Amino acid sequence: MKKLLLISMSLVLVSFTGQSAKDVGSVKKTTEATEITGVKVGEKAPYFKLKNIDGKEYSFKNIMDGNGNKPKGYIVIFTCNTCPVAKANEQRIIQLHEKYASKGYPVVAIQPNDPDVVPGDSFNAMKTNAKEKGFEFLYLFDDGQEIFPKYGATKTPEVYLVDSNLTVRYHGAIDDNARDEEGVKEKFLENAIMSIEKGQDPKPETTKAVGCGIKTS
Amino acid sequence: MKKLKLWLILSMIICLFLSDQVLSSGKGDKVSSEKFHEFNINRPDLWPEPTSYAGHIPVYEKFSNIEPMFHLDNDTTYIINFWATWCKPCLEELPYLEEVNEKYKKDKIKVILCSLDFPKQIESKLLPFVEKKKLKSTVVVLLDGNFNEWIDKVSNEWSGAIPVTYIYNGNKKYFADAPFHSTQELEEIIKPFILNNNLN
Repeated sequence: MKKLLLISMSLVLVSFTGQSAKDVGSVKKTTEATEITGVKVGEKAPYFKLKNIDGKEYSFKNIMDGNGNKPKGYIVIFTCNTCPVAKANEQRIIQLHEKYASKGYPVVAIQPNDPDVVPGDSFNAMKTNAKEKGFEFLYLFDDGQEIFPKYGATKTPEVYLVDSNLTVRYHGAIDDNARDEEGVKEKFLENAIMSIEKGQDPKPETTKAVGCGIKTS
Repeated sequence: MKKLKLWLILSMIICLFLSDQVLSSGKGDKVSSEKFHEFNINRPDLWPEPTSYAGHIPVYEKFSNIEPMFHLDNDTTYIINFWATWCKPCLEELPYLEEVNEKYKKDKIKVILCSLDFPKQIESKLLPFVEKKKLKSTVVVLLDGNFNEWIDKVSNEWSGAIPVTYIYNGNKKYFADAPFHSTQELEEIIKPFILNNNLN
């Protein structure tokens, strides 16, 4: 009887060790890098004062709309010269500013990449690109790469629609086809602007799209 | 005496017949179970049928077409990497994924490189790249540009930036939202998957 007990006990033990070994093998859910902090929809847009390609510094205080008035909102877009997805969105960004700056919603583009890592995104290269493509909007340089983490931007292009109270109202993609303008069916950002105009909350208030990771050293 | 001999011979024949039956049926079982095992690893029944091919590369039109690839229920660990030829950090980590794919084949590790290249650049950029680099991992193309519809189906931790890598084996999952900087880094992540596999 004692022997039997011993055997059954050892059996239990064996099954237990098997179990704990399995636990050791269980997988960590997330990497450290996934802990993205940043501003959420409904929160205050982080302050910035950044140099534009014209050499002047801009913040929410001195940015004006297409008619020289205080904007009703700001289309803040983290974008750059070099990312193919950002390039695929250049014309759309130009058109957004053309269409909405005079309606009170100017585009404020911010270039977040570190030129030491991506020479094609240097301040001079930003000036050249803006001139070639005919950017009419502000193209600010996040010198030192301090602003994009406050927003929690991870890629280019990435949009934050900020209202006149400086509250973030929409965050994400310009539309539902970042790679190919011809394939666009839903214009998320424009719909969000229309919602604000009507005094409603944008729906959806956040969207996702593929883009190039922001490059820092 | 004669009767006894007859009985003996008869019973011997029966024995032989039976043993042969048993042996062959045993063998048969073994073969079929091996086959079943192989079948199980690759699950051609569940492996999603591509919408088309670009060269030898399977192309999936919609995420719903490729989605079964994220839910294969067998003992293989799938490392699904989202990349594109236009994405520099993606190309930098490719050698690590390739190395792991080769090194851990016997451990039932399968690396899938899911390209998000521009649909217009599949023939002109992706195919020549795969050819030039002689990629050994399984390359597939996902054309679905309506990212907002499907990014969260891979992981709600994914912001949309690439590269990202989704690793799973049955119910065990891991999402890497940043590029790997060495083969060792990826090996550390897949270790628990292999460990689990050996215990099962």
